[in-house]
Amino acid sequence: MSLPHDFRDAGKVKALLAAITAAAGPVAARLGRPLQIMEVCGGHTHAIFRFGLNQLLPSSIEFIHGPGCPVCVLPVAAVDQAVSLARQPNVMLASFGDPLRVPGTRGSLLQAKADGAEVRVLYSPFDALALARANPHRQVVFFAIGFDTTMPGTAYSLLTAERAGLTNLSFLCHHIRLMPTLTALLAADDIRLDGFVGPGHVSMVIGSRVYAPIADQYRKPLVIAGFEPVDFLQALYQLVLQLSEGRCAIENAYARVVAPDGNPSALKVIDEAFEPGVDSHWRGLGLVPGSGVRVREPYRHLDAAELLISTPQIKTATEPAYCNAVLTGRIKPHQCPLFRRHCTPEHPVGALMVSSEGACAAYYQYRPEELR
Amino acid sequence: MCLGIPAKVIAIVDADAGLALADTAGVRRQINIGLLAAEGGDSSALVGLWVLLHVGFAMAVIDRQEADRTLALLAQMEEGDES
Repeated sequence: MSLPHDFRDAGKVKALLAAITAAAGPVAARLGRPLQIMEVCGGHTHAIFRFGLNQLLPSSIEFIHGPGCPVCVLPVAAVDQAVSLARQPNVMLASFGDPLRVPGTRGSLLQAKADGAEVRVLYSPFDALALARANPHRQVVFFAIGFDTTMPGTAYSLLTAERAGLTNLSFLCHHIRLMPTLTALLAADDIRLDGFVGPGHVSMVIGSRVYAPIADQYRKPLVIAGFEPVDFLQALYQLVLQLSEGRCAIENAYARVVAPDGNPSALKVIDEAFEPGVDSHWRGLGLVPGSGVRVREPYRHLDAAELLISTPQIKTATEPAYCNAVLTGRIKPHQCPLFRRHCTPEHPVGALMVSSEGACAAYYQYRPEELR
Repeated sequence: MCLGIPAKVIAIVDADAGLALADTAGVRRQINIGLLAAEGGDSSALVGLWVLLHVGFAMAVIDRQEADRTLALLAQMEEGDES
């Protein structure tokens, strides 16, 4: 199949760019400012710079980089919990690669590993089952983070561990849901946005229908996009067209992957394993009501939070103030005084530099501020 | 983080455990199809199809017809651009 190739075709990119430029100009002129488009997903932020779309698009379009990178919004307290578990004797802590590098109050998980803690990188939460079976005398903890996209994988693995009767595996879950976050963002009125490029892979799980309130209640258009350049520009074109015609609707420009109702099996396992509606703290955004989840009562013995030796919550502001300003779009990454001097991907001060999808890591790698 | 990679399902390894073999850009690896197979019942119907993989799980079947429809619309736009 030549699909990725088809969706990177230069001719299609050029045609879309011309169409976007023609449609966006008059709208921006009418507003007296560039269109403010938020790409919700960190994968899209990365795609914009990776494919140089920011250099190809007209100045009538300005991107506000959204909060959609779970590593970047992972609260310090969550990292601290994982580190304190990893430092417990007999615990083997496993997670995806990125969360290991996020700085906590007492260092990152990688630093804990350097100090002798058993910390492993896994590609899939499902691999934690094999790790637990191979290490029957250790307590294996999977540190699970991520949006709705990643939640079904954790839920499925947790339910499988339950059925298999594994007693030495548990999950420290800091999952977050996208919709409560978007609505919290829209309810705050200091962020001026004209529309959203919707996340492709979160939508693959939750579907396109669930976004209806964004158009109906908040009157903002949203178009779901894939991650190839043609995918992204097609969605952007549909979005600009809506703004030019004064419409606001939810549209799906990634229909080869996203169905109106998402993936019902995935939603079912999420519902079985997790209780929604937990207020959750996000780095940079603060408390987002109802955005978190908790492991449901029947599976509480698989919840690693039960293993935590209750320690008084340390309330220190370890997050540099500039990270918040970048996360909420008030400054661009290169305007932060720490950027590239004290904060680099090798030695990140803030989480936005840790994940390759973080806005700061993208600016560090692609230097868009020097190209415009 | 929400990275997804396309993979072609080559064979079902263990239907009950939801395990299949897939080709991801020339690399064969075991994937979990448990979140897709539950829908239709017979997981062997997935063999030969392209799926989108996230953290080891096939999360969606890539719909070739929808892809072709999008590409056809864009081809029209390209022609209009050239004329």
